[in-house]
Amino acid sequence: MTETVKNTLLFVVVGSLILLTGFTQSWNTAILILNMGLISAIMSIGVNLQWGFAGLFNVGVMGFVALGGLAVVLVSTPPTPGAWSAGGFGVILALLLGAATVVAAVMVAQRMPKGRVQTFTIIGILIVGFFVYRAIFDPNIAAIEAIDPAVAGNIGGLNLPVLIAWPAGGLLAAGAAWLIGKTALGLRSDYLAIATLGIAEIIIAIMKNEDWLARGVKNVYGIPRPAPVVGYEVELQQDPSFIARAEWFGLDPVTASTLSVKLGYSLLFVIVLLALLWMAQMALKSPWGRMMRAIRDNEVAAEAMGKDVTRRHLQIFVLGSAICGIAGAMMTTLDGQLTPGTYNPLRFTFLVWVMVIVGGSGNNFGAVLGAFLIWFLWVQVEPIGLWLMNLITAGMPDGSALKSHLIDSAAHMRLFTMGLILLIVLRFSPRGLIPEK
Amino acid sequence: MDFLNALVALSNFVLVPAIAYGSQLALGALGVTLIYGILRFSNFAHGDTMAFGAMIAVLVTWGLQAAGVSFGPLPTALLALPFAILGCIVLVLITDRLVYRFYREQKAKPVILVIVSMGVMFIMNGLVRFIIGPDDQRFSDGARFIVSARDFKAMTGLREGLAIKTSQGITVIVAVVAVALLFWFLNKTRTGKSMRAYSDNEDLALLSGINPERVVMITWIIVAALATTAGVLYGLDKSFKPFVYFQLLLPIFASAIVGGLGNPIGAIAGGFIIAFSEVTITYAWKKVLTYVAPESLEPSGLVQFLSTDYKFAVSFVILLIVLLFKPTGLFKGKAV
Repeated sequence: MTETVKNTLLFVVVGSLILLTGFTQSWNTAILILNMGLISAIMSIGVNLQWGFAGLFNVGVMGFVALGGLAVVLVSTPPTPGAWSAGGFGVILALLLGAATVVAAVMVAQRMPKGRVQTFTIIGILIVGFFVYRAIFDPNIAAIEAIDPAVAGNIGGLNLPVLIAWPAGGLLAAGAAWLIGKTALGLRSDYLAIATLGIAEIIIAIMKNEDWLARGVKNVYGIPRPAPVVGYEVELQQDPSFIARAEWFGLDPVTASTLSVKLGYSLLFVIVLLALLWMAQMALKSPWGRMMRAIRDNEVAAEAMGKDVTRRHLQIFVLGSAICGIAGAMMTTLDGQLTPGTYNPLRFTFLVWVMVIVGGSGNNFGAVLGAFLIWFLWVQVEPIGLWLMNLITAGMPDGSALKSHLIDSAAHMRLFTMGLILLIVLRFSPRGLIPEK
Repeated sequence: MDFLNALVALSNFVLVPAIAYGSQLALGALGVTLIYGILRFSNFAHGDTMAFGAMIAVLVTWGLQAAGVSFGPLPTALLALPFAILGCIVLVLITDRLVYRFYREQKAKPVILVIVSMGVMFIMNGLVRFIIGPDDQRFSDGARFIVSARDFKAMTGLREGLAIKTSQGITVIVAVVAVALLFWFLNKTRTGKSMRAYSDNEDLALLSGINPERVVMITWIIVAALATTAGVLYGLDKSFKPFVYFQLLLPIFASAIVGGLGNPIGAIAGGFIIAFSEVTITYAWKKVLTYVAPESLEPSGLVQFLSTDYKFAVSFVILLIVLLFKPTGLFKGKAV
């Protein structure tokens, strides 16, 4: 069996698992798995770019995904009336001043001769800058958050089509990644891991608490859809030609409309995935990709050959994070809401890592396959676990405490299973299902 | 008088909580730093090891409470602690045998071990959620306060009260005992010395006939004991919630790195540095300042530098500053 046949077979197997879900459970579930699988595949391509190509250990995926979601709100929702005049410009001014303070402190740190004077100047700049920043920032925020707090209280967005928000999400994530990379990429691998883990937590903390930005834990609902492609269920249900087509498939209009909307998303996601996959494949084969792998395998040798290791690392860190940002924007669009409280590192960082490692780090197709497979398992382990628990507890008397506890706990089988899969793959097939060539 | 009031307010809201929190972080960071020194990787599963140990303590405490056993004014959880430590030791030794040993024999790169510890983290997290569920659990009992704010005011006649919770007092005492035992062990016993030798220079230690598997086993036993103690103390002081232990990973790593990874004294110092910075920066200073500052300068706002939700940011920024200016930490750590 050649490699191509084996890899195609693996994809066919995962595809049929999703199809099987459609036949045995419901097509809605199957397409939902497909859609989130597509988004996960994009995240895994991003992580694979960083880890598989360059050996960068980024465990801050969640932060970039969340930034992508934030971009959707900032780009595509309508602006809150009066928010900009009430305090929007003040907030921007305060943020610029804050940035200027940090830049000034860094300049002093780099330019002034070392010594006590330098230390005191830096501390002085930081303290004065901080108080000026807070003095401008606080009243403006209060003004914005006071506007109709029950439904708004945030700055709102630019009211642009939501598809523009996807690349914007990538840009926002890339900007954050550049800042992070500039400071943290010189660190050793496990320090970088801790640093990115921390930054992701901070990004989530900011999104939860800065209500003026995207309403914090009050969430933003009703994010516009990429309407021309996916449409709205209610409109479809009233469209006579749609009803006719639904009948031809033997479906009632309600089910058909939900399926059609979801398939519209699938179409968009497939296009993005294919484009990114093609680019990642081209990058892998190009001289640039070979250089990256050379740096990954032996930094010292690559540096001796005249490669600028730090710059290349920064470059690929930004690129990979931007891809995660795009995926995050797509996910928020699919959900139609931004809920900062639901971002959890186990789900958005470590699960993506499981996808990449199980699929095969260093191989783009492996990362994509891993994403679909692991996402399928993540969704299906819960019903399977419940079934298993019902089987185990079948002999126990009804109403026994152990029985109800076991059945209630079935939902937590997910994390356990994911850990088990990761460890088994790492032990017995450390290069993943589709290994790097 | 105003000065005394300010001092009491400061102790009540900053010093006492920060000392308790610092002790908990220091115990956690000691575990991380020992693993790093001996096994040479950053253990991402440490937070969940703490959660697992604390969970056993919670379960045993409930059992003891149901059996009518109590520890007088002290929390019953202290009686449960030895059982919890034993349970946690069994778990980490099984994990080491089934998971980590294979990679040790392969001489795998540290970053692979970190990824492996991610898998262990998932499994432990899943186990804890499976057994006790993801919700908040309260298991503290006994007297709530050593000194309550009301008694303190009556005693001293000051306007500010000083409250010291039993859990805070116990945290500090237990932490001091644990650290003293650890240092005695590392510095005075033959096994402890062999551990330090192994950490300093693996090859030389092997040449001198030190059995590496034994060193590793003892390290895991100590780490499990420290993690469980830290987890139980944190749970007594705040409350037991599995996800919170996972989030503690960041300040714990920050403490270990700030102090210098692989250096036990550094881990303790780091724990207190992180705890004091977190508490002072997120505390609203208005109360203390109104006593100290002259009336004309009385602050109008809360004088809170950052809202408490950003306490992660504090530990993180300190971590970053230390890493940029002194990459091996304040006390000399090691680099793999």
